[in-house]
Amino acid sequence: MDDAPDMEHESKSTHILSYGFLTGVFAVLMVLTATTIIVSRIELGFWNVVVALSVASAKAALVIFFFMHLKYENRTIKTMVLLAFVLLAICIGFTFFDVGPRT
Amino acid sequence: MTEHKDYAGSKMGMWLFLFTEILLFGGLFLLYSAYLHRYPQEFHEAGKTENLLLGSANTVILIGSSLTVALSITALRLGRIRHCLVFLGLTVALALCFLVNKFFEWSAKFDRGIYPGSEHMKSLPVGENVFNALYFAMTGLHGLHVLVGSVLLSVVATLVARGRVNREDFVILENAGLYWHLVDLIWIFLFPLFYLIA
Repeated sequence: MDDAPDMEHESKSTHILSYGFLTGVFAVLMVLTATTIIVSRIELGFWNVVVALSVASAKAALVIFFFMHLKYENRTIKTMVLLAFVLLAICIGFTFFDVGPRT
Repeated sequence: MTEHKDYAGSKMGMWLFLFTEILLFGGLFLLYSAYLHRYPQEFHEAGKTENLLLGSANTVILIGSSLTVALSITALRLGRIRHCLVFLGLTVALALCFLVNKFFEWSAKFDRGIYPGSEHMKSLPVGENVFNALYFAMTGLHGLHVLVGSVLLSVVATLVARGRVNREDFVILENAGLYWHLVDLIWIFLFPLFYLIA
């Protein structure tokens, strides 16, 4: 339909992820999901929380870097995303400086 | 084509919007963690009643739908329009499966008298009450995002079918994909919080 030559090719991300690679990322995500479910069945007390959230963070990183293509974006977007998560971490972390010592 | 397109700007705008979504859910995550700290025992008791099987199934379904969206972008950029449409169709189908499972989960809770404002919920210990309230608020808001995302992806699929979104101009599909991945991302954290930790 649109045969006009593209003028902005240089600004477009040129990296195309293959079907195989994306499926591989999915497979790793499934392994991590199975791991976190199995570990949650074992009584580890506080460590259950640590494992569950660590695995969730690893899964989130895979989704962000590969499915959301962040690994191949320019530095500006990478910095913005990093900043957003650092701010969220500060927001939650600093609240626990207050909430944590109570009770 | 005289229409001005700014690929990098479109994508950056989408990310900025996603940050507001992170902030929205971030507030709820903060609330959850503060109450988990305050009522660990009650959260444990209330969490036991969650259906781990349905929760795990939904995790697989939603991560699978994230894969199909990512595949649809690859397909479009390689010019495989039919593949792209099949992948988008699969994504929307998986999204609907997710919502059907959620319907069964919520119904089971309603049958046990657990819904916001119910007499039974008021009679529960405060911590269990809070856990269930957060469950409804967070999975409800997330479910709404699943619904919006599947409508959005359906619209983009028609744009792809009509050639308005194509291998030269695909940022709309990429941005819709980003939204969908965010929905998946939020579920990746909701799943351990409600089904595993407690």
